[in-house]
Amino acid sequence: MKKSVILGAATIAGLAAGAAVAGTVDDVKARGKLNCGVTTGLVGFAAPDANGEWQGFDVSLCRAVAAAVLGDASAVEFVPTTGKTRFTALASGEIDMLARNTTWTFSRDVDLKFEFTGVNYYDGQGFMVPKALGVSSAKELDGATVCIQTGTTTELNLADFFRSNNISYEPVPIETNAEAQQQYLAGACDVYTTDASGLAATRATFENPGDHILLPEIISKEPLGPLVRHGDHEWGDVVRWTLNALVSAEELGVTSANIDELAAGTDNPEINRLLGTEGTLGEMLGLDADWAAKAIKAGGNYGEVFAKNIGEETPIGLARGLNAQWTEGGLLYSPPFR
Amino acid sequence: MSDVSFVRTEMLPEQAPPASEVGALGWVKHNLFSSWFNTILTVVSLYAIYYVLSGVLPWIFQSVWNADSLNECREIMMATWGSTHGHACWAVINDRWLQLLFGFYPSHLYWRPILALVLLLVALAPVLYSDRVPTKMLIFSAIYPFLMPFLMWGGTIWGPISAALGFVAGWFVYSVLSKQVSELVGMIGAVVAAVIWWLVLSSYFTGAMSSVLPIGIEAVESRQFGGFMLAILLGVVAIGVSLPIGIVLALGRQSDLLIVKYLCVGFIEFIRGVPLITLLFVASLLLNLFLPPGTNFDIILRVMIMMTLFSAAYMAEVIRGGLAALPRGQYEGADSLGLNYWQAQRLIIMPQALKISIPGIVSTFIGIFKDTTLVSIIGLFDVIGLASAIRADTAWNGIYWELFAFIALLFFIVCFSMSRYSMYLERKLQTGHR
Repeated sequence: MKKSVILGAATIAGLAAGAAVAGTVDDVKARGKLNCGVTTGLVGFAAPDANGEWQGFDVSLCRAVAAAVLGDASAVEFVPTTGKTRFTALASGEIDMLARNTTWTFSRDVDLKFEFTGVNYYDGQGFMVPKALGVSSAKELDGATVCIQTGTTTELNLADFFRSNNISYEPVPIETNAEAQQQYLAGACDVYTTDASGLAATRATFENPGDHILLPEIISKEPLGPLVRHGDHEWGDVVRWTLNALVSAEELGVTSANIDELAAGTDNPEINRLLGTEGTLGEMLGLDADWAAKAIKAGGNYGEVFAKNIGEETPIGLARGLNAQWTEGGLLYSPPFR
Repeated sequence: MSDVSFVRTEMLPEQAPPASEVGALGWVKHNLFSSWFNTILTVVSLYAIYYVLSGVLPWIFQSVWNADSLNECREIMMATWGSTHGHACWAVINDRWLQLLFGFYPSHLYWRPILALVLLLVALAPVLYSDRVPTKMLIFSAIYPFLMPFLMWGGTIWGPISAALGFVAGWFVYSVLSKQVSELVGMIGAVVAAVIWWLVLSSYFTGAMSSVLPIGIEAVESRQFGGFMLAILLGVVAIGVSLPIGIVLALGRQSDLLIVKYLCVGFIEFIRGVPLITLLFVASLLLNLFLPPGTNFDIILRVMIMMTLFSAAYMAEVIRGGLAALPRGQYEGADSLGLNYWQAQRLIIMPQALKISIPGIVSTFIGIFKDTTLVSIIGLFDVIGLASAIRADTAWNGIYWELFAFIALLFFIVCFSMSRYSMYLERKLQTGHR
């Protein structure tokens, strides 16, 4: 009797939870907090500061989504995930979205049943070598020892690159980026290869960054973006269009400095639609009319977020490169707000 | 012919031994330079010690304590010593030590984990130093397991009270049934009553009482737990709970009751056959998929349960070793005194078996305490996880040894204390059978 009561209660709880999961937007609103999966720490992209506040490029996207849905950029519960736990955390509903420098690949999108809602950083695998090695191209690296993180796509890309150029290399397997820095500086390997953003961040921490150069070859495509679960398209739309709003805001010249002024109404109908003074875009998403304005206010437009966390003014010093607006030779191209 | 034979008739006065044979010099001569081979070894060892210390000591003491980033540290080192090699940048510890100790626990509530730690020592005192502390203190030790979660997690006071009431309900059912029916029925009834209370009734009780009498303190979510505090929390719970469970499992494994025996054997062998990291992945990932979505089963609680089960299985085997070392005569002696099973265990078998197992038990404790760092792999910010998170801050990216040296120091203090205490306990319980 007792057991059946417990089982019955569990079943009802399961059904209720199953019904609630159907709408993540409503879930987040009811909870009053966005559960956002981030890394346990990656320079410039996500890290807690001395007060335990999360900062970084991926973190800013979480805050923008929280601001769009809840109107409060601080209503985010950051869930640190490792490379091994990130997909289960998302699939099981522990987190609502994952913004964890995750490469958009076919198998992750199709086989793992996730939905990538855009690309917030175009990365690619590069090489760093000491200047003293006298190498100016990755094709001259015949016979070099290479520090490489095991179990990642970088390992496979490296093998492909060296095989297609018909040159040989000797891998030095390492586990983490911190270990790689130590090994590389100690001379255990001639070359360190990982994502170009990671290389730049690593080089910035060296005592003499000028003694090391990044080779011009980028040997892979690593589009990093936020992702959500398959099947909940309303929620996927919210995340996708929040990212698009940040990108469009930069293209249209809407910044956190002038947004209050522009939100009063402008001559440009696209800005008006974006900021909610014209049209019903917010209503279509199931959000307030000024959802995008709130998202932009959270940390500024895409360009401001980039400059603040990983841009050329920061110690990491990444150039915009592929991540510039399409009007400036980059790949950022938001669909129109209409 | 004269008599040349000479016989000394008086004693010579006693002389002090030569200076080279006594005191520090004599000790050195006998212990360090007693032969040419020992002399070479001594010189080589001294050089090795000098070599290590000459590198480590300047690194530790000629160091930078106040800086805001690694680059600032390096600038100060260049300005002071003209080189950045061989100098530690302790500024990172200075900047982040509170975070390394407490994780993201709200800073205005730091007094709560500190108070919990102090009270832990108070609660342990009557257990650890039973000869010097009044036995009545044990009442506090019994309350502590309910007080500690209240201090750490906060929230309503009725949660811990209702958890404690489960034990009261169990004890009540036991005392009624064991008198009326039999002891075994009493025990089974007690377990059933307690489980029913915890699973079904306690939530209603907690809800009702907190709406009537809302007493409580500010709640802290598990996600904010971290740092060395998390290691101590997990370690203390795993250690404290695994010892009784381990004793029960060890006894169960030696039991004559077939089902009990094979349940215990199966549990022990299964848990010991699986790496801890696998159990942690089960706790963090698989349970997430199996439980109905939206269930809020606290991650720290899940990890605690897994670590406790893991150390209990090892503990059971250590204690079984102690039981196996007891001569058969001890069991027979207990029987001949007319003691029943539990009396014999409590008065004769366990005191001796546990004494024999002390080194093994403490090794298991130390092992499980250090194993708590594995939780960084499932994304909990224990002290190791925080170290990599700190490295991910642009200000401190590239710092390495200082963080690990600090963490090693923290763990050494705790593990060394445990080890010294176990040696004290062995001396105290020494009855001269060896």
